Amino acid sequence: MQLARVIGDVVVTVKDRSLSGIKLMVLQPLASDGSAAGRTLVAVDAVGAGVGETVFFVRGKEASFPFHPTEVPTDAGIVGIVDHWDIEPAPKATSRAPRVQSRAPRA
Amino acid sequence: MQLARVVGTVVSTQKHATFEGAKLLLVQPVTLDDAPRGTALLAVDSVGAGVHEKVLIVMEGRAAGEALGRKGAPVDAAIIGIVDQLDVNE
Repeated sequence: MQLARVIGDVVVTVKDRSLSGIKLMVLQPLASDGSAAGRTLVAVDAVGAGVGETVFFVRGKEASFPFHPTEVPTDAGIVGIVDHWDIEPAPKATSRAPRVQSRAPRA
Repeated sequence: MQLARVVGTVVSTQKHATFEGAKLLLVQPVTLDDAPRGTALLAVDSVGAGVHEKVLIVMEGRAAGEALGRKGAPVDAAIIGIVDQLDVNE
């Protein structure tokens, strides 16, 4: 899974029938410090995420599992909304490394 | 499988039901020299790993689902071991 920010949504009228009723969101993957990392992508939404939220998403056919038994043709899916995440830099021998906390803004 | 370093924890209240009770850790893949490689990713922890530990991760859906022990879990990465020691003869 990877962290990402929901930066938009996609409206698609003509689509595979099994995609009907499923939200498609535009994601910007994030690095552990919250900066953008890599290309944006479109993912199906299994948890009701909104634009502006930080989420985590799964890649591959597992993205369709939340919609079982419907076999949704997707390769990326949002599976959780992130409340916050903590990164702890490796402790240094000389000084105590500061603890960084990132908080996901609510939409 | 890949080597990675656990760099942090993630808290998520609203998530898919199969994640209930699962521990999610932020892991940074590393090279054999312990240098960061690529972007940090989220992995479910099935072995009780802690922050700063070097771990072995699988980055494939079926293997990760088996590590979590739940059928049909939408996961693609899991921590499956904590590295005690790494010897490379090159």
